[in-house]
Amino acid sequence: MSLSRKTAVVGVYEHPTRFAPDKSMYQIMAESIRGALDDAGLTIKDVDGICAAGMGMSAMGIVGFCDYMNLTPNFMDSTNIGGASFVAHTAHAAAAIHAGLCNVAVVAYGSTAASARVAIGTGGGGAGGDPCDQYELPYGPTTVGAYAMIAQRHMHEYGTRPEQLAEIAVTMRYHASLNPVAKYREPITVDDVLASRIISSPLHLLDCCIISDGGGAVVVTSAERARDLKKKPVYILGVGETVRHAARGQRDFLEIAAAQSGRLAFERAGVTHKDIDMAMIYDSFTITVLTTLENLGFCQRGEGGDFVTGGRLRYDGELPLNTDGGGLSSNHPGMRGIFLVIEAVKQLRGECGPRQVKDCKIALAHGTGGALGTRHSGATLIMTNQ
Amino acid sequence: MPQEKEARTYRKPLPHIDEEMRPWWEALQRHELYVQKCRDCGDLRFHPRALCPSCLSPRTEWLRAKGTGKIYTFTTTYQNQASGFRDSLPYTLAWVELDEGLKLLTNIVDCSPEQVRINMPVEAVFDDVTPEVTLLKFRPAR
Ligand SMILES: [Zn+2]
Repeated sequence: MSLSRKTAVVGVYEHPTRFAPDKSMYQIMAESIRGALDDAGLTIKDVDGICAAGMGMSAMGIVGFCDYMNLTPNFMDSTNIGGASFVAHTAHAAAAIHAGLCNVAVVAYGSTAASARVAIGTGGGGAGGDPCDQYELPYGPTTVGAYAMIAQRHMHEYGTRPEQLAEIAVTMRYHASLNPVAKYREPITVDDVLASRIISSPLHLLDCCIISDGGGAVVVTSAERARDLKKKPVYILGVGETVRHAARGQRDFLEIAAAQSGRLAFERAGVTHKDIDMAMIYDSFTITVLTTLENLGFCQRGEGGDFVTGGRLRYDGELPLNTDGGGLSSNHPGMRGIFLVIEAVKQLRGECGPRQVKDCKIALAHGTGGALGTRHSGATLIMTNQ
Repeated sequence: MPQEKEARTYRKPLPHIDEEMRPWWEALQRHELYVQKCRDCGDLRFHPRALCPSCLSPRTEWLRAKGTGKIYTFTTTYQNQASGFRDSLPYTLAWVELDEGLKLLTNIVDCSPEQVRINMPVEAVFDDVTPEVTLLKFRPAR
């Protein structure tokens, strides 16, 4: 029972705020849901499925959010696998709709990470309750540090250079300069990245994503229902998700979740890498993009350093990537997965103005949640406007 | 009591030790390192678990590890807002691969950050951070 082309994303909304001390997380989510439903030509009365997760939500937060929104949905999913959650939610919503569990599902996220001054990347040392945490937290792993160890190993095994990682940050900033709502829009150079201070070696400040407030929402329904809505449907072709972790002490750290989730998504979509016109890849750090591209199979393992250079990732390059400016420059309110889906959909609809990818027919979004260097999730989504 | 005073002044996170992992932590207090081996499928594992995750067997052998290995990867952290770590920057975090083949997260000590290298041979250091908890760290092999 293939999911391919049975469901579609019919509404998206990226909240334009980057700093909202006057708003609650739930208000940002509600405003985003209103925006996405307006975009689809639907109303809150049409919604019978809800997917949400957030750093500020409690363990039963989805129930509290339904209370806040006065929703009594037929389908709920509050899977929290970090920043990849909303890519996975979109896939879960599609599966639920295809299985007849609901008709119109909304995926929503909101956060006030910046105005609440959350030290997302460098606040390590908290009190995690899982068994693995007891063997790790005493040593001071930060989120940046966990990714930095992947960069260090990649440099050791393959000779990857800091300036190659830096070029990813430079490209994201260039895209942000073309996005009116991006938080940082002043162009930067490879030298700027290398001259920024080391946060956790070998990663510099400008190798790291920014912290912002923000949120967004995505509306999913059946392909049949999608036909008479306001916007041209963006069909879901293939999905995949999994995790990688310490593997009981026996992990190969340069193999990440994307290797498995990507393979599943490509197989299920029935497309190949050559068919992908643009990609949205979670860019928590520059190294995240490089290893994800390798593990998704856009290049061989070890070739990522060369692959990301020479303008290949620019919106007018061979593999346009993170055309909104990504988490490195546009927005990163703690968990970024929702924006991967939103920008991919906007590109497939041709709504991206000066950063529009030409003839964009098939797009891939890949979210990474958690930390590549300890444990993380990966979720891949392939969509088309055809 | 002096013990309580010491526990209060140590400001980094401490493990919550439950019965499943207590033998491992008690061995560290004796300055001994053990890893687990499944008596049914032979798979080695770290961290300790009651059941082998490969075959779910509860039959477990504790193997005394040599306490030597090499650095698989590392990072030197210059920014960490968390209490305890903020005061001891920079510090080096690493995945060390034991000679037995298992990787574990740890700190590299008695070594300046500039000297740390991947594949550097290291040996276990048993750091008695409180009267109740000893942490396993590593330093360059002597
Ligand atoms: Zn076994």
